[in-house]
Amino acid sequence: MLLEYAAIAAFIFVTILVGFIAIILGMLFGPKKSTDVKAMPYESGMNPIGPGTRRMPVRFYLIAVLFILFDIETVFLLPWAIVFRKLGVFGLVEMAVFIAILLVGYIYAWKKGALEWD
Amino acid sequence: MTQSDLITILPLLALVVWACALLLVDLFIPKGRKGWTALLAAAGLALTMGLTLAQAGREASGFGGMLRLDGFSTFLNVLFLGSGLLGVAVAYGYLKRMDLERGEFYSLLLFSITGMMLMAQAADLIVIFLALELLSIPLYVLAAFARPRADSEEAGLKYFLLGAFSTGFVVYGITLVFGATGTTSLAKIVEVLAAGSLGTGSLLLTIGAALILVGFSFKVAAVPFHMWTPDVYQGAPTPVTAFMSVGAKAAGFAALMRIFVMAFPSLSADLTPVLWALAALTMFIGNIIAISQTNIKRMLAYSSIAHAGYILMALVAYGNPAVAADSVASALFYLVAYAVTSFGAWSVVMSLEKPDAKGLEINDFAGLGRRNPLLAAAMTIFMLSFTGMPPTLGLVGKFFLFRTAIEGGFIGLAIIGVLTSLISAYYYLRVVVTMYMREGEPQAEGEYWLTFTTVVTALATVVLQFLPAALFALAAGAVLK
Repeated sequence: MLLEYAAIAAFIFVTILVGFIAIILGMLFGPKKSTDVKAMPYESGMNPIGPGTRRMPVRFYLIAVLFILFDIETVFLLPWAIVFRKLGVFGLVEMAVFIAILLVGYIYAWKKGALEWD
Repeated sequence: MTQSDLITILPLLALVVWACALLLVDLFIPKGRKGWTALLAAAGLALTMGLTLAQAGREASGFGGMLRLDGFSTFLNVLFLGSGLLGVAVAYGYLKRMDLERGEFYSLLLFSITGMMLMAQAADLIVIFLALELLSIPLYVLAAFARPRADSEEAGLKYFLLGAFSTGFVVYGITLVFGATGTTSLAKIVEVLAAGSLGTGSLLLTIGAALILVGFSFKVAAVPFHMWTPDVYQGAPTPVTAFMSVGAKAAGFAALMRIFVMAFPSLSADLTPVLWALAALTMFIGNIIAISQTNIKRMLAYSSIAHAGYILMALVAYGNPAVAADSVASALFYLVAYAVTSFGAWSVVMSLEKPDAKGLEINDFAGLGRRNPLLAAAMTIFMLSFTGMPPTLGLVGKFFLFRTAIEGGFIGLAIIGVLTSLISAYYYLRVVVTMYMREGEPQAEGEYWLTFTTVVTALATVVLQFLPAALFALAAGAVLK
């Protein structure tokens, strides 16, 4: 049984090997000329403004968490809608329970003022 | 889904609906009136307790064998609900006094208890994982409930990170077990193992079982997976600590017993030495480090680690069919004894705690014997029970544990248990000495429900020892088949 994994092991090995070969060849044969543009974090795109670890309002985090919650709801709703006819009443009740539980959270977040910016 | 499925989870359903409703109702209860939330939470727990007791004696499987309703689950569910009721009782006054009065506390408590009850009923590895998450996540939040106190936030974060880490172990173990046997149902795993055609899969199975053991060792705070316990127990608000030390530990052991006794008795040749070492290390290190503690919450945290070791001792013999039943029964019995004693001791700690985590040094107990004889007497009972001395329930509990270990053929382990109990007498009795023989002017709170809890648990610790046979018969009736 373990032999079946030999192909995966060989694959991992070859991948790592190719990566190393590419880096080593570049080090050996590439010209080494450093310029200001090359030393920047991103050679293309806009110039960075300020440090990367700025302080930002924690509210973004709250909004992001709430977004994930209701995004997941949609993720479940779409496949459910496609097989809705096959599932029948059982599916309808199950989804109603699911949405009711999310609704409790929604009302809680709303009432606590998590949806307001100020 | 059939009617019998619903009956299997009726108490669980009631508690989930109640907890959700409580979360909404609490939004409309004005600040300063949160006593209503506490009352409603207690009513929900009492209702669920009633439903659970009404189902006592029934045996049923639901949801294609993923959930079970049996004596084991009923016994543990009553324990969880009881500790929840005590948790609400001690929390009400404490939250008010510490200016932490937020209604979410009770909803989170109820959600956590739901997870524990699901754990006691789970008969499938996936459900066990679900229950583990459901019971842990509210506890992470509760541990950080005393924000903005820094040590409480630290406790919450630490518990979250290590809890998530340990859950990772459990899930990885589950995948390996699934890979080896092709099923997550505990009953079917037994069938596959009995058929005995695993081949190289048996190695996977052993590693998977070991990883599950590691994950739950984190949850029950067994050495060497105990590092989080003192910091989390110290930083969390004390009612949460009390609830955690009783409920989360019992739930962890519930899962261990379900998985190992039900599904993996055939692995005992590999796992018994591991359990032996875990139990011995936990008893030794828990008790020895507890000696050097000056903070009562840290001391009780190490004591809780040590008691996890004593309970693990009962599980070491699980693979021997002659004592497997006794091993589960004595572990359950000790969980009850520990729950009663621990809740009592924490309630006394709460009576003396002052805002900003003051009044928690053992020296702050000096003079309690004169100032408040009732509290001091209760604390003495709890300390004696922790040590395992008469006239308390702890003695009977330890007797059953040691008997199981000896009958299983682990005399060496039983001797380690007795020796470490002797070591523990030093730091438990030091609290008693401080209360009665040192001068001091401690100010104890006289909140009604807090004192009520202290008195009830103290009485239970003393009275229940006179009916050990009845209680042990209950625990023995709760044995897994």
